Amino acid sequence: MKQFITRRLGYSLLSLLVLSLTIFFFVRVTGDPASLLVEPGASEADIAAIHQKFGLDKPLWIQYALFMWSLFHGDLGQSFYYQTPVFELYLDRLPQSLLLALVAMGFSLIVGIPSGILAAVNVGRFWDSFGKMFTLLGLSLPSFFVGLVLILLFTVYLGWLPSSGAGGPLHLIMPAFALGWYFAAAHMRMTRSSMLEVLGSEYVKLARLKGLPQVLVIGKHAFKNALIPVLTLAGINLVLMINVAVVVETVFAWPGIGRLLYEGISFRDFPVVQGVVIMGGTMIIAVNLLVDVVYAVIDPRIRLEK
Amino acid sequence: MSTSIETITLPPQLTPTTATARRSDFPLIPVIILGVIAFTAVFANFLAPHNPEVGSLTARFHPPFWQQGGSMEHVLGTDQLGRDVLSRLIFGARVSMVVGFTAVIFAGVVGTVLGILAGYLGGWVDQLVMRITDAWLALPALTFAIFLAAIVGPSMWNIVIILGAVYWTRYARVVRGEVLSLKEREFVRLAIVAGCSKWTIMRRHILPNVVNSAIVLATLMLGVVIVAEASLSFLGVGVPPPQPAWGLMLSDGKQGLMVGYWWLTIFPGICIMLMVLSANLLGDWLRVKLDPQLRQL
Repeated sequence: MKQFITRRLGYSLLSLLVLSLTIFFFVRVTGDPASLLVEPGASEADIAAIHQKFGLDKPLWIQYALFMWSLFHGDLGQSFYYQTPVFELYLDRLPQSLLLALVAMGFSLIVGIPSGILAAVNVGRFWDSFGKMFTLLGLSLPSFFVGLVLILLFTVYLGWLPSSGAGGPLHLIMPAFALGWYFAAAHMRMTRSSMLEVLGSEYVKLARLKGLPQVLVIGKHAFKNALIPVLTLAGINLVLMINVAVVVETVFAWPGIGRLLYEGISFRDFPVVQGVVIMGGTMIIAVNLLVDVVYAVIDPRIRLEK
Repeated sequence: MSTSIETITLPPQLTPTTATARRSDFPLIPVIILGVIAFTAVFANFLAPHNPEVGSLTARFHPPFWQQGGSMEHVLGTDQLGRDVLSRLIFGARVSMVVGFTAVIFAGVVGTVLGILAGYLGGWVDQLVMRITDAWLALPALTFAIFLAAIVGPSMWNIVIILGAVYWTRYARVVRGEVLSLKEREFVRLAIVAGCSKWTIMRRHILPNVVNSAIVLATLMLGVVIVAEASLSFLGVGVPPPQPAWGLMLSDGKQGLMVGYWWLTIFPGICIMLMVLSANLLGDWLRVKLDPQLRQL
């Protein structure tokens, strides 16, 4: 157990290291990083100051050490536009992103799980084909198009919902739908395949042999076990939702992290862009580690696997 | 002791045959749609009724011809600069096709080569490639692409390179997995005994066996890449204006959305949707057809 966690932790740290190297490398390989790190239209003296501050005149490995040193201290640099530390900006926006992600997750589970079960119970029949169509649409429709169509329908024509910003619960409906749509499809597919696997297992066959009615077999025996992988996926997806909502948040002007990233691009505010990417990668690596460790605690078979 | 064991035949719960049979039917409509888009992209110069990048400011926000105020002059209406929407859609097909195909091929070649090297050579090459793959896969693809676009600046070919750099990891992982099992097979061992060099084995014996998976993955990635390109253009870090790209048109269309200029949003959106849907349907079919082992891809 201890060995497993140590090894898994090692891998995560290695991933973080590679990630930081990647970001560091890409910024420097494409020209003078000072041009990205100063405000557009900065003077010669400003550029020299940046060179000084980040040690850009020093050898690469010292630059990297400095870069990592400030990262460890939670210093993601200073935003040009807001004139505040990027890390503070990020923490300011995080609650809104989390709220949106939670609502979108709720929606995607409410749609995805029942339809996945329905498809698994009726393999090859109407509900399964219907579900397949739904998944395909969910995975093919870009979320910004879904969002724009929603605005057109519910704001412009019907006038029921506000099109942008955050505020009451009404503001949440459309962004959560647009964001959750794709994930509903993913959760449905996962529920279906996980359910099919459980339905083929021995203990479900036994339950059927006992003569249990279908409802009990599905509801009491199969469902609970089939839910485990789905909830794991949902946990990972929640973190993902926070980090991929950039398009949806842009469409609905939702003041979350995605919107922060968009502002970073539009204002040519490079420290913000870099900060959001670093935080996102770290969060995802951390949640993957967490899932692996929790699984190992629950299921001894995983621990022994190489 | 003559207790007869009662045999109970359960009704078959799984009937994969019907499902697979239906799915392996040739996806005619998606292929036609992709064909039409490809045709439009190639012959855009002859098909487009107007210049897609030049409009007249006196003809702004004309609706499609069937609505009041529309005319056959601009069949699908005009945008905020008075440019013809149909012509922009037609030239936009070219951008989507070029970016989609080149990025998928670029990512595919890089990913396949690195996947084969990692899988066959093993050791530090494998470690290096797979650690990079793991770390890069941890970043959400779109966020990573935005980061790269913010560094190198927007242009169509930069987008191709960026998307290639972001998506090669998917190929590398799948191909490496295949190579790991391939290299234990008889024919590879025989090739080693016959004295083939590592390069010859990788080129002549491994590569042909992973090409199928790479093609299936490429088809499935086509939809992903097209959405990614549209998203980048939509966010303003993709294809720069005034070039006509579908994502960019959607982004421009936002201005007119609140006052009900629906055609600026719906038409490019439908184009993206049709193309992605077709690519996904074709990919699904190819997956079943070419590579039955990879259904869980």
